[in-house]
Amino acid sequence: MPAINVSKALDQSHASRVFDLAELPLRELNQALHDLTPGSNETAWEVLNPKGSHSVAVGVDQPVTIDVRGSVGYYCGGMNDGSAITVHGSAGPGVGENMMSGSITVKGDASQYAGATGRGGLLVIEGNASSRCGISMKGIDIVVHGNIGHMSAFMAQSGNLVVLGDAGDALGDSIYEARLFVRGKVGSLGADCIAKEMRPEHLEFLQGLLDRAGVTGVKAAEFTRYGSARTLYNFNIDNADAY
Amino acid sequence: MCGIVGLFLKDKSLEPQLGSMLSQMLISLSDRGPDSAGIAIYGTPSGNEAKITMQSAKPEHDFRNLDAELAKAIGAPVSIAVKSTHAVIRTAPGKIEEARETIQALRPDIRIMGAGDVVEIYKEVGLPETVVDRFDVRSMTGTHGIGHTRMATESAVTTMGAHPFSTGADQCLVHNGSLSNHNNVRRELIREGMKFETENDTEVAAAYLSSQMAHGKNLGEALEGTLSDLDGFFTFVVGTKNGFGVVRDPIACKPAVMAETDQYVAFGSEYRALTKLPGIDNARVWEPEPATVYFWEH
Repeated sequence: MPAINVSKALDQSHASRVFDLAELPLRELNQALHDLTPGSNETAWEVLNPKGSHSVAVGVDQPVTIDVRGSVGYYCGGMNDGSAITVHGSAGPGVGENMMSGSITVKGDASQYAGATGRGGLLVIEGNASSRCGISMKGIDIVVHGNIGHMSAFMAQSGNLVVLGDAGDALGDSIYEARLFVRGKVGSLGADCIAKEMRPEHLEFLQGLLDRAGVTGVKAAEFTRYGSARTLYNFNIDNADAY
Repeated sequence: MCGIVGLFLKDKSLEPQLGSMLSQMLISLSDRGPDSAGIAIYGTPSGNEAKITMQSAKPEHDFRNLDAELAKAIGAPVSIAVKSTHAVIRTAPGKIEEARETIQALRPDIRIMGAGDVVEIYKEVGLPETVVDRFDVRSMTGTHGIGHTRMATESAVTTMGAHPFSTGADQCLVHNGSLSNHNNVRRELIREGMKFETENDTEVAAAYLSSQMAHGKNLGEALEGTLSDLDGFFTFVVGTKNGFGVVRDPIACKPAVMAETDQYVAFGSEYRALTKLPGIDNARVWEPEPATVYFWEH
């Protein structure tokens, strides 16, 4: 008899729980994900027919995998704390906003402010991200395979934004201590953002991050590092007349 | 917020479904704005008649016998099709301006929604579904159309404050955003001779485009001008008799998604608006770039 029980338990742990948003409301999906407790056997979830729904899988705090089959609207995976979410489509504004830990992979494109205010975890956009990617990021790592739009990493505080393609205008405006690595062209740099030397520790770190993000065939040495010139950190008395 | 949609058909076989496709797109964005909703549909040109879409708060009173009285006054055949608070007058293309002035003299309380060879505009206070049902928009055929569901910020929640705004023959515009220099631009356009019906910022954008096109610019060139002459937040979707255009301001904080297939070009404030379009899973779907003009013409 024990053998049968073990096999049942294994079946449960391997089968993913399928949640069809064409049949059930989004609130039930998110409630079921919030009801997960440590050690739950329901470690794999699959979400069907998202069709641009807002707030899919926000606030998940258990280490489960969630495969979303289609494109999502605003704030997918917001506040994620430990789950591994894959969007098999594109994401609307604010994907992974304020992520704490875990990972989100978007197979398509992401709209505005992807990863905004994120504190940790890894956000991978396999297509392009539009404006304000990584705005006010606070520790998250963001890897974009394509291009990013204007005003990305505005007031970025910490973490790493890696762009395999090009960046739009005003990259890193008023940046604090986040690191930006861009492989292609930068439209323009924002206030107080400058190109910096790629020292060996940066090359090593970036190669590790590219590996973690599943990027192949791209070398860390192909990127330029950007960061804060730190001239806005303290008030400059010579600027007093401007106020 | 506000939700805007647009659909420009390339495949003639879809024309009978234009009204139902556009209605469904707009209804899917209802929670972006509950105040008022409106749709402009560009029908197939008939060649020998033009249309005026009107609205009245007292339709039974205002529309009764209007066709006969108008026909007598302008000396041309007139037909009228009443749909709830709106009615569409059809008459000879050369008589449209005279008909418009005569309607306002005969029935001062009637509001003109728009006029042209092909466009019909229906807009009212209420949710998209209510508005679509009220005017039977789903059954309408056409080549292209635009729609709007409004969360009011710049002027009152009234029929006249609803979008689309039409300020020239077969021209209309829907807007998500708010303009900050509309009072100045309105004053300049009034000096040029443009007429305004409301205090609304979007009407100024529509009139700006009408004025530019009246000066010989094409739709693309007119849209390009908005980037230097209008200040504020905007995503505009614009229809002309044979054209369809989209432009976003350089900051581009108002959302926008587009899709294109061999059958159509579609615009939605969100992807949700596009999910039921035919072939959407294989469409080219993209976010229109800031400060970039997109337009298509038949």
